[in-house]
Amino acid sequence: MNDLVTRARHAAETVVDPEIPVLTIADLGVLRDVHMAGDTVEVTITPTYSGCPAMNMIALEIGLALDRAGIPDARVRTILSPAWTTDWLTDTGRRKLTEYGIAPPIPGSSRRALFGEQTVPCPRCRSIDTRQLAEFASTSCKALWQCQACREPFDYFKCH
Amino acid sequence: MTGSIQVNETPLVLYTLRRADDALVLGHRLSEWCGHAPSLEEDMALANIGLDLLGQARALYSYAAELEAAGHDEDGYAYLRDAPQYRNLLLLEQPNGDFAHTMARQFLYSAFADPYWRAMTRCADPTLAAVAAKSEKESAYHLRHSSEWMIRLGDGTEESRRRAQTAVDTLWPYTGEMFEPEDMGIDPATLRPEWARTVTDILSQATLTQPANTWMHRGGRIGRHTEHLGPMLAVMQHLQRSHPGARW
Ligand SMILES: [Zn+2]
Repeated sequence: MNDLVTRARHAAETVVDPEIPVLTIADLGVLRDVHMAGDTVEVTITPTYSGCPAMNMIALEIGLALDRAGIPDARVRTILSPAWTTDWLTDTGRRKLTEYGIAPPIPGSSRRALFGEQTVPCPRCRSIDTRQLAEFASTSCKALWQCQACREPFDYFKCH
Repeated sequence: MTGSIQVNETPLVLYTLRRADDALVLGHRLSEWCGHAPSLEEDMALANIGLDLLGQARALYSYAAELEAAGHDEDGYAYLRDAPQYRNLLLLEQPNGDFAHTMARQFLYSAFADPYWRAMTRCADPTLAAVAAKSEKESAYHLRHSSEWMIRLGDGTEESRRRAQTAVDTLWPYTGEMFEPEDMGIDPATLRPEWARTVTDILSQATLTQPANTWMHRGGRIGRHTEHLGPMLAVMQHLQRSHPGARW
């Protein structure tokens, strides 16, 4: 049985976020647990955002990954508690994000002052001379920023 | 056409539906901006905020379905209830109007929703506490975004200022309803001081005049709505009512 859970976990860990395909759901902290529920393998995931449209896709991909690993009848369950936080993003995940050109979340920044008064280093040139262009960017979890030094616009993965 | 469902509104079901309806109705209003916002960034911002609200509504409707155990589901609550069965605040069903109007509505509500969700994270009901914990993180951004716009519009050009002031004046009589007592859960009146602090602070930064508290509209929580909800639901529900069970 332990073997089965380990195999299932390895398979689930390969699933990537469809919107940020460099990150696996394990990097993101969206994959919460893989365990046996009776005779069935159960994978629990938690949404990053309430309305995250990627969740259905992720659940589907987990099912397919486990199926490929020879576990066809696994169950995927979504849990809301405890609420996902960007703190669960692993160090590997943060590094991958930066390399991908997305600035990783800066802890405790969601309730800062108005007009984006916070410092987000440019993921390309590391300059801190950056400014926010839009609070909501291509997806709900990102804001659009621009670097004043290298002039490149970039996504910032907002802190939650 | 498909008929409406009848909901057995126990106190907890009613409490859950009121929160869910707030989120769905405002989320739907924001979705009406899709493709029409004044800039691409704002088009995406409004759609994203709408999506957050839709997500909150879905989680709450699913929980209401579990509580009611009558075979209803999230789609049933959204698509197969008539306006008098909706329990949302009247403020949230008000039409989008111009951009200033939409931002003022968002701001006045977010300044309330943010402390509301925060208080609800301490709720003894684990599902409601979990929904609140997610929603509270989202409402912090909604409040910041709409606050920035209130300041920008109020302290902006002559025209933006005039429109922002008109929007605040028009919507103000709908704000009292947020603090009406409820049978269970959080007493919204306890959140009034924080709401008032936020609103006074932002309106003053926006150099806008805060209207006096005079007569306030009420009735949304018991299904007495303004003339605007019916047409909104007609559009939102049309597909499911005409083609029951239709799926994408
Ligand atoms: Zn740069």
